[in-house]
Order: sequence, then structure tokens, then C-alpha cells
Amino acid sequence: MGATSSTGPTSPSQPSFVRSAMTADRSPPVPTSGPLAWLRDNLFPGPMSAVATILGLLFLLWVIPPLARFLFLDAIWSADNGDACRAPEAGACWAYVRQKFGFFMYGSYPREDVWRVNLTLVAGAVLTLWMLWPDARGRGGAALAFFTVYPVLAFGILTGSPPFPIGWLPSSPEGQIAWMVLIVALFATASTLFYLNRYTGWAIAIFGFIAWSELGSWWSSLELPLVGTHLWGGIFVSLLVATVGIVFSLPLGIALALGRRSQMPVLRFLSVMLIEFVRGVPLITVLVMANTMLPLFVPDSWSPDRLLRPLIGVALFSAVYMAEVVRGGLQSVPKGQYEGAMSLGLSWWQMTRLVVLPQALVTVIPGIVNSFIALFKDTTLVAIVGIFDFLKAVDTGRLDPVWAGPKISTTGYVFAAIFYFIFCFGMSRYSMMMERRHSAGRSR
Amino acid sequence: MSDATSSRPPPRDARPVEWRALAIQIAIALAILWLGWQAIGNVAENMRARNIPSNFDFLSATAGFDLNQSLIAYSATSTYGRAFLVGLLNTLAVAAIGIFFATIIGFAVGVARLSQNWMAAKLATIYVEVIRNTPLLLQLFFWYTAVLAPLPGPRQSISLPALGLRMPDPQAGMAAITAFALASFVLLSVRNQIKGSAIKAAGYAISALFMILMIVAILFGPRVAGFGNAVGILDIRDGAYVFLNNRGLFLPFPSLGEAAIWLPAIILASAIGATGFSFWAKSQREEKGRILPVFWISMLILIVPAALTIWAAGSSVTIDYPQLRGFNLAGGVRVYPEFFALVLGLSLYTASFIAEIVRAGILSVAKGQSEAALALGLRRPTILKLVIIPQAMRVVIPPLTNQYLNLTKNSSLAVFIGFPDLVQIFVGTVLNQTGAMIQIISITMAVYLVISLLTSLAMNFYNNKMALSER
Repeated sequence: MGATSSTGPTSPSQPSFVRSAMTADRSPPVPTSGPLAWLRDNLFPGPMSAVATILGLLFLLWVIPPLARFLFLDAIWSADNGDACRAPEAGACWAYVRQKFGFFMYGSYPREDVWRVNLTLVAGAVLTLWMLWPDARGRGGAALAFFTVYPVLAFGILTGSPPFPIGWLPSSPEGQIAWMVLIVALFATASTLFYLNRYTGWAIAIFGFIAWSELGSWWSSLELPLVGTHLWGGIFVSLLVATVGIVFSLPLGIALALGRRSQMPVLRFLSVMLIEFVRGVPLITVLVMANTMLPLFVPDSWSPDRLLRPLIGVALFSAVYMAEVVRGGLQSVPKGQYEGAMSLGLSWWQMTRLVVLPQALVTVIPGIVNSFIALFKDTTLVAIVGIFDFLKAVDTGRLDPVWAGPKISTTGYVFAAIFYFIFCFGMSRYSMMMERRHSAGRSR
Repeated sequence: MSDATSSRPPPRDARPVEWRALAIQIAIALAILWLGWQAIGNVAENMRARNIPSNFDFLSATAGFDLNQSLIAYSATSTYGRAFLVGLLNTLAVAAIGIFFATIIGFAVGVARLSQNWMAAKLATIYVEVIRNTPLLLQLFFWYTAVLAPLPGPRQSISLPALGLRMPDPQAGMAAITAFALASFVLLSVRNQIKGSAIKAAGYAISALFMILMIVAILFGPRVAGFGNAVGILDIRDGAYVFLNNRGLFLPFPSLGEAAIWLPAIILASAIGATGFSFWAKSQREEKGRILPVFWISMLILIVPAALTIWAAGSSVTIDYPQLRGFNLAGGVRVYPEFFALVLGLSLYTASFIAEIVRAGILSVAKGQSEAALALGLRRPTILKLVIIPQAMRVVIPPLTNQYLNLTKNSSLAVFIGFPDLVQIFVGTVLNQTGAMIQIISITMAVYLVISLLTSLAMNFYNNKMALSER
């Protein structure tokens, strides 16, 4: 071999191994970009895949046209009663949703007073957006307002009773509502104090208390009519239950998670018992227990309001799930962080607040948001104890004889599904965005 | 990790000073005890005031209400304790069937989301996002009220399929199935012993030919041989097997006759045998490197004894088909719309979560693992079986168990569509009739707690066994 290649062709005539004619052109390479290549790579890479694609196409052809006809083409957009919707060829009855929208939104809240609900919802939405907007100024202030001032004022506006409980006995209905407010306010203040610098927190608490007691007398002069919780309903109650659940479950969950990892055996035992007990049973049984057994646990005159009972159940239920999520975050904080904080001479509270929790919570943002989504979906179960939430309103609306018809229930459920989907999907996208932002510094 | 602060003497103020910790704990314990004491006093007083029973005597009182769906004998004259058992069994049945379907759908969708096929991946994504982001209760209402309730009546039932196969002579059929299973197993094991590609190809061809011959023989053999009055072991049947209408789903159901006692026991024994065999095969593989055809032998262990039992039982084993009689369907087994809607809703909902778990599990196996296996010369199916799935399962199993528990707990939503599960019967009807709220809620919670804790124990055992042993 070596000899042949080193000497090369010596004779003038062509040696036998050199080609005398050009080879035939090769076919051009298969395109790797462009729509055809995309189709080949993503839809028809092999025979099995091609079969799957064709089956998928057939499925879409089978599903989409009837769906489009039902939702848009054959839908009834405006009508005064259910006659047009009862026609066999009619599609979704959006007229029914338009007509019943007030009921779906506010339940039986007096129509002349719904501005109070609207005001609360708009204020809540503004504060939430402000608090969650990634680069907004004063996000901390918005969060503080959302967790302390807002719940107190919201209860005051919605119920019409002054948000100041002194002088009210728990036995009167107004007194009960006022006590609800007090509990919320105390809780909110306590959890906020935990996050703030100690002196700022106390200053805010004291000023808030003075302002609040002044507010009480001013509030009475407004003479807002009282609206009992038995009239509350619809989307507004769903959002209320979800908000109360979220506001309570995060701080309570953090407390339970810290308790579960505490050095004190009594605290640890109690936290573990509570967490494992509530996690082991369905939400329905927790709600029924809160509804029927809670009034037994307190003196007869203290019997909690009918809306307050499921709120306690929901808050407790979501708090224990939150506790497990937060525990995961606490476990992910490296040991060196604790040791570093201790070597700086921080106390346990300082270490937890300034070093451990900020890192632990950021790690588990997806888990926290998942709990919020689960909580939002679970608010539908409060109907079991007679609370008129959005889904219950939709499920009741279809029985109205003016509208009742074969298409009404489907229309109502589709509307409800769109509502829940927007909220839950929005939350999950938000958490993905935050996750990306937080991991930007860590990813290589 | 769990006691980050205890490894060395803590600096000043790093954790509560001993006496302070002790004082805090005593204060908490006293506060809880005081609250509990107060609560017990209040409960006793309130129960006396409202005339609420405080013992468990009601369990042996006559229930007086009827239940349409029960796995055990039950009538209005049965006791509340019996009603509790009915509810418990119904809950377990819904959970078991729901878990079965949720697992199948979830794994299929999870794999489809990672598929190279754009269409399959997108359809799976849409399914997961839509189902996960709407409440389960809404979906149950949708299936029950908007899909199942408006179905036509029995005379206009939706029937599937229009034509079907049936087995007119189960005895001959089971004999043929046994013969087929044994023969294909022998053939496969012979083929696996053959070395050399040309001979191997011939082996494949022979087995394929043999299989076709067997199928032809099963279909038409008895007719040709003139066995009894059978027209064939399988026979084309005119008419549907499955009917769906507003009264529920009607399915064919085997009537076992004399084999009713033996068949379940034999199937259970074969299942235990097959599991034992697969463990033994695994130990053989790990110790001696011998790879056995686990799937085929397990199938053999499962099929042959059951088929032989049916064959031995002779003509007493038949299949009961639903048929239209008058204005209703008779025969077969009826799945009530409530049960159908509940299982459908629970399976589809849980499947969307399982799909995400499966996807995360597959993605968690580092790419280097399959590349290393390829470099060792393993084939794709072997890599999947021995490298990827075992590692993915370590990630998948714990959250999967959680989803199974969630499905079991979510089955309590049955109360909203009127399926008689534990919560609907016990916390609903029995609580209303007897008023014994503390006893009833405690029993119900205890049932769910026991299920959860048993599963957690099993899970901890599994986790300890499967955890990566790090140095």
C-alpha cells in the first residue's frame, strides 16, 4: 500500500484506478429547515408517528367544528328568556349568562349596595397587581396594606358594621362580624411584625390601633346598611374564600413548618399531629367538621358566623399543605447558611427572618403557587356547608324555570370553566415567570 | 439537615436558652390543655342542651333508608353499621377503579407530552392544562349533568360496537387459549436459544407463521374438526355488547357458576406466583447475569391456570350480555350514571397530575445515562427497561402515591352528585337521621386517616429501600 501511494502514477496513460468519467450528481441533501422539513421532523418522522398525527388530525376534525358551532356560530347572544335557547339547533345560551351575571357575581347581595362589593374587589385587584408587579415601586407597602389594612376595611365595607369591635359582644351578629375583623387584624399585624424591623412593626401597630379606634366612630356616622353573610354569594364569595385562605395559609403554614423543624419536642409534636391529621382527611370532612362541630366547641352564645366556619376550615386545610411546601424549602437551605448566621451572632428569630426564610421561600415559589391554585379550585367545595359560591350559583341558576333548558347547564359550566381557567392558568404562568427571574442569577 | 443547629455547641442566643425553651413548651402545653378542657366542657354542655347522642349505640339501629348501589347485601332494614360498610366498600371501589384508569391515562399522556410528534405533544399539553386548571367539582357536574343526564333513554341507547366477537363454547375456547399460550411460549424460548442472525431470522419467520396458524385454528378449527355443535371458538356476534343511556352504562359480565369459588382464588394465587417469579428473575439477573423472559413467563403463569379452571368448570361459565327487554335493558352489569361520572371525572382529573409526574420523572434521568448505556452496546428497549425506567420510577413513585391518596380523598366529592360513598351515606344521611355528629365525623375521618397512614408507611419503606445510597 505504502509503495503504491508514494510512487504515484508514472506512465503518461491514465492508470486504471483513476476515473475517466464524472460520477453522477448526488441528489441534493434533504432540507433541514423550512416548513416541509418541520412537517417531516415533527409530524411524520416515522410510520408510527405518522399514524399518531393522522389520528390527532381526525380527532381535531371531529371535535373542533361541533365545538365552534356550539360556542359561537349557533350560540344565542341576546334573548329575554329561554325560549330561543330551547330550540334543538341552538348552541350555547350566552344570553342566559348575561342576564344572570349579577347573580353569578354577587349572589343575593342587595343590588343597590353592590358598589360596596365592587369597591372592595377593585381595591383588592389594584393592591394585588401592585404587590405582584415585578418591578413596581413600593411593593412592600402594597403587600403591607393588602395583608393588614385591606382585610379590616373590606370586612367593614362588605358587612356595613364598623371595623372596631370594642363594645360589641360576640353574641350579636354585628359583634360576631366585628370579632372576625379583630381576629383578621390581629393575625395580620402579628404576621407583618414578623417580617418588619421590630420597631417599625410596633410603631405601625400602635398608630394603626389609634387610627382604627378613631375610624370606628367615623364609620358609624356613615350608616352603611348591614348586609348579613347569608346574602353573600357568587364570584365575590369565591374570591373572598380564596383570599382569606391565601392570606392565612401562608403565615400559618410557615409557622407550622418552623414548628415541625423546631428543637422543642412539644411544639414539634403538636405541629406534626396537626399537619398529618388534616392532610390525611378530605377537605369535605374538614368543612363539615368546622360547620357542625365548631359551634359545639364554644359556648352557645359564641357560635361562629356561618361564613366564618368554612373560612376557618379552608384556612386550616390550606395551611397544612403550605406547611409541607415550606418545609421542603427549609430543608433545601444549606447547613452553612445556618452556621454562617449563627457565627454572626444572630438570634433565632433574626436568623430565620433574615437568612433562612428568604432563601427557603424563593426556592418553593412554584410549590406555593401550586397550593394557591389548589386552594382556589377547592373553594368550590364550600357549597357542601351551604355557602353560595360561584359554582353553586351556576349550578342553581340552571334550575330557573325562565331559562331552564338542555343547553343551559352546559353553558353555565363552560362559563365557570373559563373563569376558573383564567385565574388558575394566570397564577401558574406568573409563578413560572417569577421562577425564571429568581433563577437568572443561578443558572449558567 | 433536620437538626442544623444541634451539631456543635450553639453560640449565644442562637437558639432559645434551655430554661426559656422549657418555659415556652410548658406554656404551650398548658394553653392547649386548657383550651381542650374548655372545649370538652362546652361540647358536653351543648350536646346535653341539644339532645345529641353521645355513644355508639346508633350503629346497631335500623337505618330505614335504601341504597341503590351496594357491593354487599343491604336493605332498608339493615343497620347503620351495615350502611357504613356499604359506603366504605363503595369508596374503596371507586378509588381502586379510578386509580387504575388514572394511571393508564396519566402515563400515556405523560409520555405523549415528551413525544417527538408535535401533534401528540400539543394535544397532551392542552389536555393537562385544561383539566388541571379547572375545579374537579365543576368537571364532575359537567360529566354528570351536562353529558350523562341528557343521553337518550334505553330504547335509543348508544351501543358499542355494532358487531363483535363472542365465544360460544367457553370450554373449547379456554383449551385453545391454553394451548396457544403454551405453544407460543415454547416457540419463543426455543427461538431465544438460537444464535446467528440467519437462523434467527428463520426462527422469527417460523414463529410468525405458527402464530398465524394458531389464530386460524382457534377461529375456525373446531368447525373443521367438527367438535360438538360449536361453530368456532370465536364467532361473529350480531349486536352490541356495551350500551350507554341515561340510566347508565351496561356491560357484559361473566357468570361463573361452579367456578365462582375457585376462579378468584386461583387468579390470586397465580398473581402471587407471577410476582414471586419476577422477583426471582430479578435476583437471577443481578447475581448471575441471566436474563429470563419475565413478561412471557408471567403471562403464562397468569393465563394457564385460570383458563384451565374455566375449562374444567365446563358449561357453567357463561357471559351474560345486556339485552333490550321491553323498555329497559336486562342482563350484564349496570354501571349507574353517578358512579360512571365519578370514576370518569376522578380518573381524568388525577391523570393530568400523573402525566406531569411521569414527564418530570423521565426528564429527571440525565442524558448521560442513556448515552453511557448506548456506549455499552445495550439496545433501546433494554436501555428503557434497565436504565431509564428504574431511575425515573425513583422520582415518580412518591408523588404518584400522593396522587392516589388525593384521588381516594377526592372520591368524597361523590356527595355532590349523589353517589353513595362513605361521606354521602355516613356524613350525609346517617348524620341527618341520628344527629350523632361527633361519632360520625370521627369515624369517617379515622377511615381516611388509616388509609393515608398505611400508604405513608408503605411509602417510607419504599423510599428507604430505593434511596440512593450515598457515600
